[in-house]
Amino acid sequence: MKRVFPILGILTAALLSYALYEALIAAPTEQTMGNVQRIFYYHVASAWTAFLLFFINFGASVAYLIRRNPIADAIAVTTAEVGVVFCTVVLVTGPLWARPVWGIWWTWDVRLTSTLVLWLIYVSYLMLRRFSSSGQTPLLAAVLAVFGALDVPLVYFSIWFFRTQHPQPVIGGGGSIDPRMMHVLLLNWAAFLCFAFLVCWSRYRLERLQKDVEEAQALESMVQPGGTR
Amino acid sequence: MSRLAAITGAALAKDLRLEWRSKDAINAMLFFALLVVVIFSFSFNPTAEESRQIAGGLIWVAFLFAAVVALNQTWARELRNQVLDAYRVSPAPASALFLSKALGNFIFVSVLEALMAPLFIIFYSLRALGPTWQLIPVSALGTWAIVVNGTFFAAMSLRTRSREIMLPLLLFPISIPALLATVNATTLILTGEASAKVWIVLLLAYDVVFTTGCLLLFEIVLHAE
Repeated sequence: MKRVFPILGILTAALLSYALYEALIAAPTEQTMGNVQRIFYYHVASAWTAFLLFFINFGASVAYLIRRNPIADAIAVTTAEVGVVFCTVVLVTGPLWARPVWGIWWTWDVRLTSTLVLWLIYVSYLMLRRFSSSGQTPLLAAVLAVFGALDVPLVYFSIWFFRTQHPQPVIGGGGSIDPRMMHVLLLNWAAFLCFAFLVCWSRYRLERLQKDVEEAQALESMVQPGGTR
Repeated sequence: MSRLAAITGAALAKDLRLEWRSKDAINAMLFFALLVVVIFSFSFNPTAEESRQIAGGLIWVAFLFAAVVALNQTWARELRNQVLDAYRVSPAPASALFLSKALGNFIFVSVLEALMAPLFIIFYSLRALGPTWQLIPVSALGTWAIVVNGTFFAAMSLRTRSREIMLPLLLFPISIPALLATVNATTLILTGEASAKVWIVLLLAYDVVFTTGCLLLFEIVLHAE
């Protein structure tokens, strides 16, 4: 296990740099938007990664509620934290692109707003984890994750009643995209997924280690109640 | 089912009697909402036409903040003398306890709204151009949306440090669709520009989804140790 991690790290770094080259130099320049469009490879790849991580978080939370398995909770906290980071990247790169193309930084469009609300929900999830006393944290967090998942379709529909300005989804939305661009996008997504996996993995190991240390300390204080700590 | 109703009724009657004698929550809420109304009123100072456009948002922000004041006190009373522990070991279903608390808060916030509505009308010289009666289902559904999740999250934040701060941090992000629907429905009714039916349906869906979720998950939160 310990040997796999550095190998994977090197592979991810290579893949990320290749994807960077492809996105910035090899990919064709967009006709109307010009080079600004290249942010799309990071924006969309981060968005897909973030949504995938939040989805895994929801699955792990439900699994925790059913089985009370500490592994599920470690996966939940990992994916939530890394997901918030990727979601932040989405929310930062979006306005950077929108300003030159739309002429405005932000609009209350359905995709923008749902992503922002999702980000808010997961930040409140992390706040809850931080503020609750350690024994009940996993349970309360899992309950909140379920509530957040219930909220997502309602958020989407409530904002859908406003107008939509965001470009249509690239996949299955009837939009057309140059196959070379699609290729670069998928390459970037693969690189981001590898990177996300790497970060999640080390965070997961940290979480498990922390739990082990806590357990060992609790055990120690039980064995010698008058012992010095 | 009748047992559930009986227990809910008993707990609700106890809460209402306590509140009727102490008037803690309602006084704090009323004064807080009054302050919000006054501050909003002279920081915007709108004309009658403008106020129709913005009043929906102002009213509901004031009610939301005031509701948090009451929601924070929901479980505080049960913590004293370990009443909540007694609930935990009693054979009464957890959902009955939750329902009674949520209904109690619903009644408090509705009373607040009924008392504050005339003030809003006076300060903002409001006159609805749309079907006024629709404001009643909108405010009932909107209040229930805030209160049902608020009661639930107040129980959750009991287990956290600095719980008074934790409640709005949990409640506001989840309540965004409900708030959006309530505010838009209210604005549409006040301006009479279009039908508010879509928003009312959305609120109804929100209430059904989260009431079910709260009732199913409350037992887990109550017994979290």
